[in-house]
Amino acid sequence: MFARVLLIVTLCAALPALAMPPIQTWQTTSGAHVYFVETHDLPMLDISIDFPAGSAFDTRAKSGVAGLTQLMLHLGATGLSEDEISRKIADVGAQLDGDFDLDRGGLSLRTLTSSDELTQALDVFTRVLQTPEFPAAALEREKIRLVADIKEADTKPDSIVDRNFSQLVYGDHPYALRASGEVDSVPTVTRDDLIAFYRAHYTADQATVAIIGDLDHQRAEAIAEQLTAQLPHAAALATIPPVPPLAHAELKVIPHPATQGHVLIGAPGMKRGDADYFPLYVGNYVLGGGGFVSRILNEVREKRGLAYTAYSYFMPMQQNGPFMIGLQTRKDQTAEALAVARATLKKFVDEGPTADELKQAKENIVGGFPLRLDSNRKILDYLSVIGFYHLPLTYIDDFPANVEKVTLADVRDAFKRRVDPERMVTVVVGPEPAEISNADNAK
Amino acid sequence: MFPLRHACRALPRLVLLITVVFQIPVAAAADVAAKIQQHKLANGLRVIVKEDHRAPVVVSMVWYKVGSIDEVNGTTGISHALEHMMFKGTKQVPAGEFSRLVAAAGGRENAFTDQDFTSFHQQLQKSQLPLAFRLEADRMQNLTLLQKEYAKEIRVVMEERRMRTDDQPEAQVQEQLMAAAFTSSPYRVPVIGWMNDIQNMTVADVRNWYQRWYAPNNAIIVVVGDVKAPEVFALAEKYFGTIKSKALPQRKPQEEPPQTGIRRVMVKAPAELPYLAMAWRAPLLQDPEKDWEPYALEVLSQILNGNEAARLNSSLVRNERIATAVDTSYEDTQRGPALFIISGNPAPGKTVDDLEQGVRRELEKIVNSGVSEEELKRVKAQVMASQVYQRDSTFFQALQIGSLESVGYPAATIDVMLQKLQQVTAAQVQEVAKKYFNDDSLTVATLDPQPLNGRRPPSPMEMGHVR
Repeated sequence: MFARVLLIVTLCAALPALAMPPIQTWQTTSGAHVYFVETHDLPMLDISIDFPAGSAFDTRAKSGVAGLTQLMLHLGATGLSEDEISRKIADVGAQLDGDFDLDRGGLSLRTLTSSDELTQALDVFTRVLQTPEFPAAALEREKIRLVADIKEADTKPDSIVDRNFSQLVYGDHPYALRASGEVDSVPTVTRDDLIAFYRAHYTADQATVAIIGDLDHQRAEAIAEQLTAQLPHAAALATIPPVPPLAHAELKVIPHPATQGHVLIGAPGMKRGDADYFPLYVGNYVLGGGGFVSRILNEVREKRGLAYTAYSYFMPMQQNGPFMIGLQTRKDQTAEALAVARATLKKFVDEGPTADELKQAKENIVGGFPLRLDSNRKILDYLSVIGFYHLPLTYIDDFPANVEKVTLADVRDAFKRRVDPERMVTVVVGPEPAEISNADNAK
Repeated sequence: MFPLRHACRALPRLVLLITVVFQIPVAAAADVAAKIQQHKLANGLRVIVKEDHRAPVVVSMVWYKVGSIDEVNGTTGISHALEHMMFKGTKQVPAGEFSRLVAAAGGRENAFTDQDFTSFHQQLQKSQLPLAFRLEADRMQNLTLLQKEYAKEIRVVMEERRMRTDDQPEAQVQEQLMAAAFTSSPYRVPVIGWMNDIQNMTVADVRNWYQRWYAPNNAIIVVVGDVKAPEVFALAEKYFGTIKSKALPQRKPQEEPPQTGIRRVMVKAPAELPYLAMAWRAPLLQDPEKDWEPYALEVLSQILNGNEAARLNSSLVRNERIATAVDTSYEDTQRGPALFIISGNPAPGKTVDDLEQGVRRELEKIVNSGVSEEELKRVKAQVMASQVYQRDSTFFQALQIGSLESVGYPAATIDVMLQKLQQVTAAQVQEVAKKYFNDDSLTVATLDPQPLNGRRPPSPMEMGHVR
């Protein structure tokens, strides 16, 4: 799961004040927190509502409940069958999408703002959010589809490497659970499980509503009320336990008939709002986040032609999300590519970036700032992140200055404390264990 | 994943529809003709600008009219290999420097190769457009193509092929589908090339390809963003104006002969779920003003699969539970022959035959009973709205313009297509269904899943750990 979720990492920049309209924020009468940006360039509206309802709130025995709850929201709601929901949304050209990751579960809506279209799209959105029915027949079908997808994923080297990496990095922590659930857990999920999960997690006081588009404040307020008035209320707020540090280094090699070997190296990394966020973020640009100008891609691909992609990133979550390095290469080159990636990491943690590299990283991150907020969709994602993770409202405006402030010593210090090359999980899918463990011992 | 340089087989052409019954006037969506400005340099280079002042950014794309359709056997994949080599340096901007300069300017950059074109793009703060033009003008004429760099990069291309195709069972099926559906058209060849051709390609082959096709009169520049068109034209004159045009090679038509019977092909690969792809020969959009069949087929594609309650998903996935997933695709604006493709995975306990019969039943229903006005209206509303939504992204606006222009359709065709699509009738949809879903022009490709090396993949818990 982790390796494909790079978007989250890029959600962390800001815009020069000139381009960013102000964020309006308030609480609905039911307690939901709303973040709104008014922009009249296009006759359209984007809304997302997120809840602490991600896969981290699953248990191993019932792994998959969180994801199925989210999926089933739009498959039946008071008075509307799944086909009626799809048709009513399509009839007005609207788009209804699900949001789901380790922390968050929710829905987003994109619609035109012409009156009839907006009214109908919001009516459906209101119902699926607040009065889902979780029809049993649809649930049985979705469970069958899900199990088939899990079995399919378990044949694919990129999925196998992700799966094993999460398990070794997170152990008993719920971040080890995959969003889809497991072949043995999904069939045990019942409609009652979904209803209970919905009541505990899709609650008004835990909701983050992000809105951007062609609306005035008054209308946005009315919409936020409409969308949250009937949400459940919960006695206790949902929390995710802290992630324990990795106990020891571990290497796992899983043979596979594919032509390439897939490698992931990593450990628990950092969280949203982390004190080390900026040094780690800026430093990682140099290490493996900056694409063709990063050290890892340069060493693995540009210098040696070993891989098509090679990268590193931190995925900041509610608790420490993973730090990871990933690549895939022809199977008989796997040991070599792994050694190059490890050596690159070790050298970076030992020495830190050069002054020139740090300067380039800042130039790119600060200079590329307007690109991060050049569409309603991108701004919506920031609003949602700021709201859900309780980041300061000035987070966006402060971002360039926070990047500029990072020094060489900050990066070196943060990486030394937070990234230990000697204590990493390494998962390799493809080659025989002997090929990799030998290479490892020889090192 | 990282947006790295890649071969893009099925680039979304973003050909979208519109409706008359809708409240938003057509003009709100169909704004391309009104908003684009064009300029042609003396050397033949065309520059197309769409101003969009929503954010202080710009996207710049250079489209070369060369892709896998221009390739011949023995050097398949050469357009894509050249795309990779375009980042490997000129005298003034050595290997790696292109990416460094763009990154230092806060930019993002990438490239992709398709059957019909090769495209390079940068997204930047608006003040950095001169950098993009300077770098693109330089590599349009001064690529060094060193053997040392080529030797490394061609290995990267092989890794890309392994990752995208050789280790992806469904991608293998799609590759075999094209190879079976076409006999003489170069669309039978994968954009990334056959592995053996990649392995035997030389830097001399790539240099030859570069010299033949990379010329201002075989390129189009598309710029969308917070710019003023006259200033962009002046910049283009400054950086590209001195590049000499070339006599371009003659493009042979390589027309595909008619198909005269059903073709079937099977792929065996390690996987869990079977996969089915059915491809019928279909018409290209030749005359955007006068043609109607391609528009009717686009509407039909959406009626079959345009939303979760569309016919195929509603019947085959939700109600009959024959499939876990279904998809349709139809590209009618391209240089080579078109296919209408329906694909999907059978549900557990169902076979590819069950799914094929299910698909045939759904098509029969349309042939026999047509489609409803409600379905027609829904599709038109969706597509019109999509065209509005697309304007949220400068990148997709540029992509839409470039992917049409580079295959010979003026950008303003987008507006015509929106207008024509709203005129499609239920009778026309039924008529194209009758005409084109014909077994004699059908190719069917299937995946027969195999266990991993004769053994199931070990469950994570069973694996021994090696310290």
